Amino acid sequence: MATMKNELLQKPWGLWWLQGRRLTAIEVRRNLFSWRASWIYFLAFIPTLIIFIHLVFDTHPAIAMPDDTNILAGVVEFYYVRLGIFFGCLGIFSRLIRGEMTERSLHFYLLSPVRREILLLAKFAAGSISALLLFVTAIVADFALMYAGYGAAGRDYIFNGPGAHQLEMYLLIVVLACLGYGAVFLLLSMLFRNPTPAAMLVFAWEAINPVLPSLLQKISVASYLRHLMPITIPGQGIFALLMVKTDPVSGWIASFGLLLLIAAVLSYSCYRIRTLEIRYTTD
Amino acid sequence: MNAVNDQIVFENVSKFYGEVLGVNRISLTIPPGITTLVGPNGSGKTTLMNLMTGLVQPSSGRLSVRGLEPGDANEFFRNVGYCTQFDSFPRGITAWQFLLDSLLLYGMSEMEAHRLAREALERVELGNAAFRKIAGYSKGMRQKVRLAQAIAHHPRVLILDEPLNGLDPMARAESLALFEELGRNGMHLIISSHILDEVDSISDRVVLITGGYLVAEGNIHQVRREVQDKPMQVLVRCDRPELLASRMFAVNHCVEARMHADGKGVFLRTGDIDQFYSLLNGIAVEGLVKIDTVAPADDDANAIYQYLIGSDGSAS
Repeated sequence: MATMKNELLQKPWGLWWLQGRRLTAIEVRRNLFSWRASWIYFLAFIPTLIIFIHLVFDTHPAIAMPDDTNILAGVVEFYYVRLGIFFGCLGIFSRLIRGEMTERSLHFYLLSPVRREILLLAKFAAGSISALLLFVTAIVADFALMYAGYGAAGRDYIFNGPGAHQLEMYLLIVVLACLGYGAVFLLLSMLFRNPTPAAMLVFAWEAINPVLPSLLQKISVASYLRHLMPITIPGQGIFALLMVKTDPVSGWIASFGLLLLIAAVLSYSCYRIRTLEIRYTTD
Repeated sequence: MNAVNDQIVFENVSKFYGEVLGVNRISLTIPPGITTLVGPNGSGKTTLMNLMTGLVQPSSGRLSVRGLEPGDANEFFRNVGYCTQFDSFPRGITAWQFLLDSLLLYGMSEMEAHRLAREALERVELGNAAFRKIAGYSKGMRQKVRLAQAIAHHPRVLILDEPLNGLDPMARAESLALFEELGRNGMHLIISSHILDEVDSISDRVVLITGGYLVAEGNIHQVRREVQDKPMQVLVRCDRPELLASRMFAVNHCVEARMHADGKGVFLRTGDIDQFYSLLNGIAVEGLVKIDTVAPADDDANAIYQYLIGSDGSAS
């Protein structure tokens, strides 16, 4: 035990941390501020635009606030978690490895004096920062615009009512969704030449997950996030399927469970990247 | 440093891409200096280089570069630079930013990274274009950026895959002079090139490979001597080449004579080089022919390539 501790202390943690930070900064610069990311901006901010139009053109009697609160919860659960963040993360994270394979530039990183695990984790961090910057900003903007039209009643709902807690939970959901889907798509982009079909399978899996046995529900990002929703949306028709909660789970267990899932996926990704080969002609 | 830690060692290394052979059972030891990899397209040259740098993993066997393995990325890539033939870069980046990003990953200070980036770009004569986007560069300039990136951190082993591709004659000469200088300073330089005549002039050793198999390796002149079934060709510059040719043809080992285009020399092909030089000395002493220079005409990499591999790429 003491030997292992000594070995761990002798590892160049400082250098790894510096390399990781620098790699992350390079990746954020290359991914976030490019025209290729414009469709992800669109995914993140299209609800914001719609809510803004709602703010400008609709009246906001206090009686309509519960409906708007439900609509916002629906936007988070049905749009952001299942569509916006899902496909946004697919675009951001699958580009990090597979995109560089396609552009034939990944070898520059593999020829640098950086452990491949550090490279993978730095890419994951960069993808997470990019996704969080977009989607956290979008959620905060959605929330602010949704209640701005109610004036003093809206402010009272946020600062003295349940509004602030709801926003906190939405932000937690967005953070966990970005990290969870990000980890999954980063792995898929290493496993498959074209990760989109596999992502579609994940999409279908997430959709049918609520009606699967509880053990299988644990292998899903959305199933953990459902338990964190601060508001239960009345589900009707096809939406009722997505609202099924088989096992009630506390918020912290759901968060911890999803973080464990993310850690497991990242650990396997680290194992895979150790043996990743550059074969652009076949990739 | 012991002898093994000073060399690049392949121990029975094979690489298969599925069912396709990359290289097969390569055992090879490469000392410091300039080594040229010679072989036709698809012979396994790039696979050997990718194996050396960990871009692909061996299916079997072991290899080490100066005692290091690519798995230890931190130590390995401080000592190794690889200029690949992949003509691609991260999008929208300038040469300066590209080099700076690469150097910062070594953990050095920004000031040191700036200094090394500037030094490398000036070394490949790209200082003036450093702040332009690489996407707007010519093929030769992109080649220079890759070379600058490979040498910027002062590696002890430099691996260059077709480094003269796309370069104009002036840039080729400059690159060759740079390689020669680096080789003289005790570096390992592994070069693959199709421009054999030029690379040959600076190479200490040659490794011939075809179809994934090692055909021959060693000092170029040694390798040529070992190809005993191909008569050696010698160019003799003299005042009476016709007379010299007739004298030489009187002996059995001389099988071909061809006049030099300027009429002041003759190419002679012999199956016994020792006997040939002995006879030539005799003729010189007789004084009938005034001999100016004598030089082997086919112990370069190009000729050896033709003899051992042939124009169709199949080993003979």
